[in-house]
Amino acid sequence: MCLGIPGEIVEIHPEQPDLAKVAVSGVKRMINIGLLADDPPKPGEWVLIHVGFALSKIDEAEAAAAMQFLEGIGQAYEDEIAALRESLIE
Amino acid sequence: MTTPKVDPAGRRELPVTDREQQVLDRIDRARRRAPRVREDRITMSHGSGGKATHTLIEAIFLGAFRNPLLEPLEDSAELSIAGSRVALTTDSYVVSPLFFPGGDIGDLAVNGTVNDLSVAGATPLYLSAGFILEEGFPVADLTRVAESMRAAAAAAGVSIVTGDTKVVQRGKADGCYINTAGVGLIERDVALGVARAQPGDAIIVSGPIGDHGITVMLARGELDIEADVRSDTAPLNGLIAGLLDAVPGVRAMRDATRGGVATILNEIATAADAGVLVTEDAIPVRAEVRGACELLGIDPMYVACEGRLVAVVPGDSAGRALAALRAHELGAQAAVVGHVTAGQPGIVRLKTAFGGTRIVDLLVGDPLPRIC
Amino acid sequence: MRFVDEFRDADKARALAAKITALCEPGRQYKLMEVCGGHTHTIYKHGLEDYLPESITLVHGPGCPVCVIPMGRVDDAMHLAAQPDVIMTSFGDMMRVPGSHGSFFDAKAQGTDIRMVYSPLDSLKIARQYPDRRVVFMAIGFETTAPSTAMTMLRARAEGLENFSVFCNHVTIIPAIKAILDSPDLRLDGFIGPGHVSTVIGCRPYEFIARDYGKPVVVAGFEPLDILQSIYMLMLQLSQGRSQVENQYSRVVPWDGNVVALKAIGETMELRPYFEWRGLGFISHSALKVRDEFAAMDAELLFEVPGVRVADPKACQCGEVLKGVLKPWECKVFGTACTPETPIGTCMVSPEGACAAYYNYGRMHRDRVAEAAPAGRP
Repeated sequence: MCLGIPGEIVEIHPEQPDLAKVAVSGVKRMINIGLLADDPPKPGEWVLIHVGFALSKIDEAEAAAAMQFLEGIGQAYEDEIAALRESLIE
Repeated sequence: MTTPKVDPAGRRELPVTDREQQVLDRIDRARRRAPRVREDRITMSHGSGGKATHTLIEAIFLGAFRNPLLEPLEDSAELSIAGSRVALTTDSYVVSPLFFPGGDIGDLAVNGTVNDLSVAGATPLYLSAGFILEEGFPVADLTRVAESMRAAAAAAGVSIVTGDTKVVQRGKADGCYINTAGVGLIERDVALGVARAQPGDAIIVSGPIGDHGITVMLARGELDIEADVRSDTAPLNGLIAGLLDAVPGVRAMRDATRGGVATILNEIATAADAGVLVTEDAIPVRAEVRGACELLGIDPMYVACEGRLVAVVPGDSAGRALAALRAHELGAQAAVVGHVTAGQPGIVRLKTAFGGTRIVDLLVGDPLPRIC
Repeated sequence: MRFVDEFRDADKARALAAKITALCEPGRQYKLMEVCGGHTHTIYKHGLEDYLPESITLVHGPGCPVCVIPMGRVDDAMHLAAQPDVIMTSFGDMMRVPGSHGSFFDAKAQGTDIRMVYSPLDSLKIARQYPDRRVVFMAIGFETTAPSTAMTMLRARAEGLENFSVFCNHVTIIPAIKAILDSPDLRLDGFIGPGHVSTVIGCRPYEFIARDYGKPVVVAGFEPLDILQSIYMLMLQLSQGRSQVENQYSRVVPWDGNVVALKAIGETMELRPYFEWRGLGFISHSALKVRDEFAAMDAELLFEVPGVRVADPKACQCGEVLKGVLKPWECKVFGTACTPETPIGTCMVSPEGACAAYYNYGRMHRDRVAEAAPAGRP
């Protein structure tokens, strides 16, 4: 029910601008993008799909920031482990 | 781990994890009790290959027909006739739609039965084909199906030697239903059966899972989903022969149809009374199948295949088994997906890509009805 | 799969888990509630609890819209489905929910025309295809799904479709959270906030939790790393004595929500004065009904609905599970009388129900993911 998955807009329906074709891992489906009428998505942009509707655009900058944070944690962790290893060797 | 607390009455309270384990043990005992069909009418779940199907078979069919040849409930029965070991199997095909990318009901009808014989270690020889046709079904479609069966039989090296045809009124069948039965000879010195699986055994899948079920689901056209997927329907006798040549000590083989790989893993765990631990990352799934499953909210492990082998082999034979499978075009993406374990018997666990663990139980409902 | 796979990375999980553990005060127990059923599902499906230290307990909340539907409403829906000419359309999750006389699934086996749909728009397709039949859509879900129902109704009106109506069971999340906060049984330290509901309502509605109850809230995404990161953010707040609303799911959730979606809901629906929630009792202004302007699409007006209040079966402890007071395995009938095949209550039926998630994914002896120790450490 909360099932929402990210999909990439492939094309907007030529006659019905509130319909768009999205791709999820190469699998395509028509969805309704009417809920994003204030800032309609364009081909190449990503949206969150829920029961046949796009609920929200995926902000690539925020996604990248989230990834950076996670990578940072990972890096800091690796640095710590590396430091620990080094101190043991001594 | 945690020190037991003492409650106001002075009794030692079991740590939470022990209380939880008690509940799990109680549930385990309840599950092992004799199966009983609770419903008074058949529902679609009874055809899904999951829990309801198993309960129906055990409670009603095994209950009525009980005999030692039926009890193993393998894909084929192993008979002894005039000194020869004979495998006998039957399957019915009710797939909708009849024609889909990668094949049709005719291909399934031949390959499915060939595979049920092959996983018993038999060389498939002869098939019967019974048709139930709906009044109004186009003859051109029937011709197409028959031609597919001819081609599939030729590819598998079997002959269709007897059959039957019935016609029912419009609305009483969905175009065409087919039943095939098959016999084969077990000439190898093999002893196969999921009950023979032992801790340490490796579990191998011959290729990407879920192709058939997703293909058929999308071919129904109700979901408006486009994807480049094809059914994996194929005869596995050649692949299996290669495997048995390389590893005569194979413990068990199944073809993953209704209920998918997850159902077979559970059958192994239950029959062998052992645990099964598989790794999510190791299970091959095509990207499109994964995408379609994510869109539909289905787990690919439960989606039907029609040309995939699940084999249980002794741990130290896994390498040879893989090499033999990969040498065949149908086994190019064969992979070890997990092992049989001593711990937690009867339970199938999955190590997720994320690193945590969860169980994989038999499904109650049917994610995709009328797949085969 | 983009925006999915990166958030399932095991190495990053281990790193986050170490950070989370480092933030735990020795001797202190932490109880964090994930409100949303989708989060409960992810937690069990990916084995996320294996990464958490024992001092952190995740408490499952009532954010499962199927789970909170009382039996009487299910009976009402079954009654609607049984009306002549009616084709009932429903999401898959509702199909097995037990009413007093079986579920949609059982009714289907007996010949009732109930069809599973993936989107409410599929109901319109069926309505167009069968002009002499009356299509009733079983609308369920929190604010995540209500906009989709709303858009479907607007579209039906635009097309002049006369044989389509909605049986509206949409509920709102804030009153449920407030009921939890006011519940004397529960001592929670923080909330993993619902992700997809927030794409519609934004993050502001949760501010009262931080401000008036002093509990931190982190709005979380649905991949396992999202949830782990949200737990980390909560623990950071707790260790620093802060209580704020933060948005971990910022790639999807806009702080102000989706105005178009809220407008669509406003145009087609309005709050009921009160609504009964399974396990939580009657809560005021917690559910939506179809607006008068759309009365022609309100199944409750078009058809006579029994509206009988049915008490849960005595054995059922769904209410306590939904409030997080009981863990699924602590329910007396869990796994024995109540299983996914033979569910007594909704928690066992819905894919997002805590009991279903635990039964299908978590019912095993747990081994924690080994705390990564550098090679050579004794």
